[in-house]
Amino acid sequence: MISTIQARAPRPIFGRKQSTNPIIRAVVRHALIICALVILLYPLVWMVAASFRPSNQIFTTLGLFSAHPTLANYTEGWGAGRLNFSRYFINSFLIAILSIVGNLISCSVTAYAFARLNFPGKKFLFAMLLGTMFLPFQVTLVPQYIMFNYLGWINTYLPLIVPHWFGVNAFFIFLMVQFIRSLPRELDDSARLDGCGHFRIFTRIIMPLALPAIGVVALFSFVWSWNDFLGPLLYLGRSDLWTVPLGLKAFLDSTGQSSYGGLFAMSTLSLAPIVGFFILAQRLLLEGIATTGLK
Amino acid sequence: MTSGTTPQQTLTKTSAGSEATPRQLRWRSRRARETIAAYVFLTPWILGMVLLTLGPMLYSLYLSFTRYNLLSDPKWVGFANFVQMFTADSRFLKSVGVTLVYVLVSVPLLLVVSMLLALLLNKSMRFLTAYRVLFYVPSLIGASVAIAALWRLIFGADGIINQVLAVVGIHHDSSWVGSPHDALTTLIILAVWAFGSMMIIFLAGVRQVPRELYEAAAIDGAGVFRKFFSVTLPILTPLIFFNTLMATIGAFQAFTGAYVVSGGTGGPVDSTLFYTLYLYQQGFAQLNMGYAAAMAWLLVIVLAAVTGFFFWTARFWVHYGDE
Repeated sequence: MISTIQARAPRPIFGRKQSTNPIIRAVVRHALIICALVILLYPLVWMVAASFRPSNQIFTTLGLFSAHPTLANYTEGWGAGRLNFSRYFINSFLIAILSIVGNLISCSVTAYAFARLNFPGKKFLFAMLLGTMFLPFQVTLVPQYIMFNYLGWINTYLPLIVPHWFGVNAFFIFLMVQFIRSLPRELDDSARLDGCGHFRIFTRIIMPLALPAIGVVALFSFVWSWNDFLGPLLYLGRSDLWTVPLGLKAFLDSTGQSSYGGLFAMSTLSLAPIVGFFILAQRLLLEGIATTGLK
Repeated sequence: MTSGTTPQQTLTKTSAGSEATPRQLRWRSRRARETIAAYVFLTPWILGMVLLTLGPMLYSLYLSFTRYNLLSDPKWVGFANFVQMFTADSRFLKSVGVTLVYVLVSVPLLLVVSMLLALLLNKSMRFLTAYRVLFYVPSLIGASVAIAALWRLIFGADGIINQVLAVVGIHHDSSWVGSPHDALTTLIILAVWAFGSMMIIFLAGVRQVPRELYEAAAIDGAGVFRKFFSVTLPILTPLIFFNTLMATIGAFQAFTGAYVVSGGTGGPVDSTLFYTLYLYQQGFAQLNMGYAAAMAWLLVIVLAAVTGFFFWTARFWVHYGDE
């Protein structure tokens, strides 16, 4: 088809040269991409490599390999000084899991109502939902702190978890609304004829079909909770409550040149769950990003 | 939306005026049930909206006209906080400047870099899945403390950036993050480093450009650049609009990188004092919560204006498929 069109069309005088070998063009393209990837990911790879070097060799080389690879940075970093990374990892996982569950429940019920039900006030409420997607979080930062302080929630995990049970992540709701809207309505209608109420349609029909969207929400929920720094910084003063980011910050504050190995080791461990989950679920996630603009 | 209920609606209209038939009653009760169900489903979200978003917003609007330190009652001061920002607080003005430079440099760079790589990947090529995953990884972790800490070290005096520069013959021995001229640059690089999510969105867009358009352009003798500017770019304008808006809003709110790289100070010499970092210092280090609330509301107003401006300009440069 393409070739016949080109054969009939007069060749452009100043047109692009078509004579370049397609194999060479593909090779050049791949080479450019690999160059970009090396520049992009080298700092990360270098950090992982440095975490396996003896601590006196961390900054001595640009290269990746060491004659004396060691796990000492991991064992020392895990409990360096007054730090206790076993605790921080447990705390971070606990907060992340409870946030994910809260997000999944609150966002999916909200999304079902917006995507499938008709009710007075729907347009107004949906506009409000979209509006909160653009709202800078700073505007609720101070009053929420005052409120949680008043409730005695400082130095508890409640300020980091409870909001997720009330659907504060408008992006997640929006993503699920879009997904549920794309599901065929005939399924609901036939379930309704069989006598199903809205709750059963939601749990038995919509939720099983919305698993891809649920997966995207769960993974981004995990990433955001795991990376969150400002929330724990505000609400978790006691060191036994700290999350991994707070542990890393304390590590960075307290270290001299000598223990950067430990810092790199703990940083590597802190990134591993995110990158690991992402690679396991990458197809699902990249579709989600492409269609909704999450990051 | 209403496709499921349309037949019943027509039915009610035709029999309007007469006594309610059993059918109508059933339909009304179904509507009532649906409304009740909807509001039951929406209960958590509405509670969150009122208690965690709208209520706090109104409260912080009130606080922005007060002086409040959490210990004694808020004291009404009128517009004093806002006046102080622009007349008596050089650090505030500095933080506005730093944030504007950050937004105005990092967002265009992000757009250009992610667009270029999306075009480079726009082929049904081998390893495409692996490439997409690898380009996306920095977006996942770019906002983490671990990466900010890494940035602080690799841009230090003996970090690998200086070592790489030495290899190519540029001798830069001082620390980048320690220099008032360069510290902000390292944070801009950090922002651009995480371009993957934007690239994925552009990639999804360029892959949907109809092939026939390129073929038609080729027949007309268009070269690579002409094809890009006359075919690809116009089709991508809705995505460029979306990406620019979201990146701008995000950049105004950046915090973690600046906090970690500067050790919480915004230094050296306030050169990385992002707006949000200064708001944090005012509100939670110095407990000037009224002042912090005023800063937050100013940001809301500025972002609303920026968003409104974006939507207004959209009519001049954003093309949708049917035009």
